[in-house]
Amino acid sequence: MTVHFCVHDEGDSAGVVVVEGITSGQTLNGWIMDQDRMIEFPAKSDIPIGHKVAIKAIAKGDTIIKYGVDIGKAVADIGAGEHLHVHNVKTKRW
Amino acid sequence: MGINLKNATFDGWRRDNGRMGVRNHVLILPVDDISNAAAEGVARNIQGTLAIPHAYGRLQFGADLDLHFRTIIGTGCNPNVAAVVVIGIELGWASKVAEGIAKTGKPVEFFAIEQNGDIATIANASRAAYRMVKYATALKKTKAPLVDLWVSTKCGESDTTSGLASCPTVGDSFDKLWANGNTLVFGETTELTGGEHLVAERCKTPEIRAQFMAMFDRYQAVVEANKTSDLSESQPTKGNIEGGLTTIEEKALGNIQKIGKKCTVDGVLDKAEEPTHPGLWFMDSSSAAAEMVTLCAASGFAVHTFPTGQGNVIGNPILPVIKLTANPRTMRTMSEHVDVDVTGLLQKKMNLDEAGEALIDCIIRTADGQHTAAEILGHREYSLTRLYESA
Repeated sequence: MTVHFCVHDEGDSAGVVVVEGITSGQTLNGWIMDQDRMIEFPAKSDIPIGHKVAIKAIAKGDTIIKYGVDIGKAVADIGAGEHLHVHNVKTKRW
Repeated sequence: MGINLKNATFDGWRRDNGRMGVRNHVLILPVDDISNAAAEGVARNIQGTLAIPHAYGRLQFGADLDLHFRTIIGTGCNPNVAAVVVIGIELGWASKVAEGIAKTGKPVEFFAIEQNGDIATIANASRAAYRMVKYATALKKTKAPLVDLWVSTKCGESDTTSGLASCPTVGDSFDKLWANGNTLVFGETTELTGGEHLVAERCKTPEIRAQFMAMFDRYQAVVEANKTSDLSESQPTKGNIEGGLTTIEEKALGNIQKIGKKCTVDGVLDKAEEPTHPGLWFMDSSSAAAEMVTLCAASGFAVHTFPTGQGNVIGNPILPVIKLTANPRTMRTMSEHVDVDVTGLLQKKMNLDEAGEALIDCIIRTADGQHTAAEILGHREYSLTRLYESA
C-alpha cells in the first residue's frame, strides 16, 4: 500500500504529502510515524509533494503543532484536508 | 545492527600530528583574493594540486580577521591535506598562514607576489608544488579504527522529507558513531530557532547549555537588528518553501533530527575552531551550506554528511560531502547528486536503523577512497564567513 502522507505524531495539526500528484477529492493513506498507525483521510486541495495537509479543522489564530511542537500560527481558517502552507500559516518568531 | 563499529576500520593517511585524513591533497592556498590568479596558475602547471580561490583577505580586522586566518590556516591543517603552497600579495601574512599550518608537521612553503610579479611567483611556487606532489604521492595509506574518523553534518535545500527521514538518518548514524567515541559536529545557529530548547536539553552540562544559549541569543540579536521582514524566503529559503516548509520553527525541528536521540552535546565551538576531545560538538555558524561546510573543513573534519530535500548540489575542495535524500522527486530528477537514497523510509520499505547503517557504510566507503557525487561532479565550493565590513 502506498503511503500518501506522513504525520510525525498523532497530536500534530498536519501531515506531509510524500508522493507526487495528490488531487482534491482523493482518499489518502496516512502513516502516523511515532505511533506507527495508518489512517485514511480525504484531500480537499491539490497538494504538491512535500507540502502539508491539515488533518483537523484549524481556526485563525490557532497554534500549529508538528513533531508535537509549536511551529507557528494560523492566519486564516484551515479546513481538515486542505493545503496548509505560507498562505495560511506564519512564524511566531522574528 | 549489521556493522560492528568497534571493529570497523578505514584506510587513510596518518598525518604527523596523529590525525587521519581520507584524501591526500596538495593545496595551493591564496591568503587573499588578489592572489587567486597566481594560485590557479600554479594548479594549472602542476598536476595533482588543487587551488582554492576565495573572495577575501584584505583590510579585515579584529574578530573578522581572526576568523579569516583561523579558516584558511585550519583548511591547510585539515588531515585531508598532505602539503600546502601558500601565496599572498606580501610576505607577512603569507608567512603567518604558513607558520600556522606548519605546526601540524606537514610540508608548507610560502610565496609573495610583490617584488616578484605573478609570473616569477607562479614559477617559484610551481617548483615547490612539484616537490610536494612527489612527496604526497609517495605517502602510503594505513588502516585506522573508525573512531579516528571525524564526521560533520549540515543539511541544505531542506524540505519536509528532510525532517521526516534524511535528517533522522544522520541522527541515527550520529547516535551510533557517538556511542563509538567518534568526534562529531553540527551547527547552523539560526536554523535551530523554535527548537533551541530541545538542543539546550541535550547539552551535557549546565555550563555547556549556558554557552550554547549565549551563542543562540547572540545570533538572534543579529537577526533582530537587521531584519526587514520575518525572513521568509531567506530563512526558510525560497527553495525550502517550494519544498513545503512553512516556518523557521518547522525547518528547525527537522534540522535538529540530525543530532539523533541519544547523543549529548559535549561542547561548543566558535567558527572554524578545532574540537579538543571526542563527542558531539555544536559550532556557532551560518546556516548557508557552503559557509558551514567550509567551517567544518577548517575545524579538521574529514567526512561530511549532508541531507537534502529539494537537492542542494554543494561540495567542498577538501572535505568529501555525502548527500542523502528521502524525496522521491529529487531522486527522480537529480539522482546524480545523491550518494544515499533513503526514500524507502517514507514508504515503510526501510527502517531508521537500516538507513543509519546504509549511511555509515557510505561514510566508510568514502573514507576508504570512493568519491562522492559532489567530488565526481566537481563541486568545490569554498566560502569564507565574514563578520562585518572591511576597514
